[in-house]
Amino acid sequence: MTPNFDFHALAPEIILSATIVIVLVADLLFADRERWQTPRIATIGVLASLVPVITLAIDGTNRVMFANAAGSGAYVVDPYALTFKALFLVAAYVTLLVSVDYIGEGDYYQGEFYFLLLTSVLGMIVMASARDLITIFVALETISIPTFVLAGWRKHDPKSNEASIKYYLIGVLSSAVMLYGMSFIFGFSGSTLLTDIAQFASATPDVAPLFIVAIFLTLVGFAFKISAVPFHFWVPDTYEGAPTPVTAFLSVSSKAGGFVALLTVVYVGFFPSVNSWQPVLWVFAALSMIVGNLVALRQTNIVRMLAYSSVAQGGFILVPLAVAQDGRASAASLEAVVTYLLIYAAMNLGAFAVVIAVSRRTRSAEISSYAGLGQFAPVLAILMSIFLFSLAGIPPLAGWYAKFMMFRAVLDAGTPWAIVLGVIAAVNSVIAFFYYTAVVRQMWFKEPAIEGTRSVEIPTALGVAIAICGATVVVIGVYPQLFGRLGELARF
Amino acid sequence: MIMNQFLILSAFLFCVGVYGVLARRNGVLVLMSVELMLNGVNLNLIAFSARLHAVSGQVFALFIITIAAAEVGVGLAIVLLIYRNLRSPDLDGVDQLKG
Repeated sequence: MTPNFDFHALAPEIILSATIVIVLVADLLFADRERWQTPRIATIGVLASLVPVITLAIDGTNRVMFANAAGSGAYVVDPYALTFKALFLVAAYVTLLVSVDYIGEGDYYQGEFYFLLLTSVLGMIVMASARDLITIFVALETISIPTFVLAGWRKHDPKSNEASIKYYLIGVLSSAVMLYGMSFIFGFSGSTLLTDIAQFASATPDVAPLFIVAIFLTLVGFAFKISAVPFHFWVPDTYEGAPTPVTAFLSVSSKAGGFVALLTVVYVGFFPSVNSWQPVLWVFAALSMIVGNLVALRQTNIVRMLAYSSVAQGGFILVPLAVAQDGRASAASLEAVVTYLLIYAAMNLGAFAVVIAVSRRTRSAEISSYAGLGQFAPVLAILMSIFLFSLAGIPPLAGWYAKFMMFRAVLDAGTPWAIVLGVIAAVNSVIAFFYYTAVVRQMWFKEPAIEGTRSVEIPTALGVAIAICGATVVVIGVYPQLFGRLGELARF
Repeated sequence: MIMNQFLILSAFLFCVGVYGVLARRNGVLVLMSVELMLNGVNLNLIAFSARLHAVSGQVFALFIITIAAAEVGVGLAIVLLIYRNLRSPDLDGVDQLKG
């Protein structure tokens, strides 16, 4: 097999890798007072790697690398991959904007932060193209390992250490379980290529129980990454202990990376053996929605509340996957998952950006510290309300459209199990409404707890980040066709 | 080629690793247990690869070995940080955040 390198297809990865090296070296060479240049280089690099993603999208041909005789390869650049590459790069750009002032004002080193963040993003854009168990494993670890370090960024803070070690231990445990499952899948199908695994699964309708166990173990590994219940224990602790920009990154980009891996493995690899993976995802989806929402109800810290809310949102994203059927309904499910992920990224990043902005003034992450935010920072309060209502799924905001797509996928599938899951999702949407509005009530109907009416100062970068997220959430909510098209395009 | 002895050995290694991760309190021993789990996986992959004459299993094992080294490097760094802050590598002492 002669490897064929298509440099246009690999351009986003190459530009980002070059940026990573430059950021690392530049941090070494810059004098202390020039250190602020590092985030600028990182930002330019991320935007530069968006350019080839756009040119590849305009070009529109599916590019397959390391192809076998049947024309399916380990590394594929298709509309699905491009959609997610664009999502990861834009999310990385917003995360950089959110982190610049937070990291710049802290007393810890800066350069490594951007280096680690970009390395994790590199893993994500590789993941979007990966169609092979080995590539998926390497991409998943490239996403995870830098985030273990990022979670423990505040080295002298025992809470940050704890966030890091819990995340690390559960991360490596889940990869080991996932690999054990993958080793048996390789043993059965004789190949690590997902298309070959799909061929094996469709050629043998009544597969061995061990193959089903192998699929189960692989899915458990991904369940840790996407923080599905019952594998969510690390989420609230890691989210609370890690620096807030890192938490935003974990809850959006890293989680979306796990979802992309799950989507690819399920749709390209395991799909024909539907009875082995679907019940597992059904249980994950139902438990994530129920547990995530019920526990979120009694949180007093906004970061922990958003952590459990993200567990619950992960459950909602899993719903279309857990009811996916053959034929037309399978395309509807994929479209629903992709759309939900894109919208979830915008609204969750926005909510965390506001949390960072508010904590600059209040130095607290307690929900009670949001009392009277509408009085001393009306713009922030309005935007926070928009993000929270969007997460709750209230029209005309983007989250509403995401939920609409999800329920449509459930109705398209139409099986009894799908309907049961749809009912669970509907009940949970109502429960979620309570804890999101609790924060909104604090902001608008309570008197401020802190003296003085000095407004919150927002640095430009953070303001731009919040504006991007807010505009996305409102525009998609009012005019969903704009985004619906993207969801439709994202096909394998 | 008889497969069972390889699969049983790898399953045993994997289970010892899982037990170690769950039962050990010392951070360094937990990391060693993770390594045991990964070596169980490697053994599986190489056995299957030899039986099926498919090279990709061995390639997979090589990638796992490399990445496991990087992972343990990061893990040791985190355990070292905890040791510096708490004066003990004991993971039970790390309980400020309540899940």
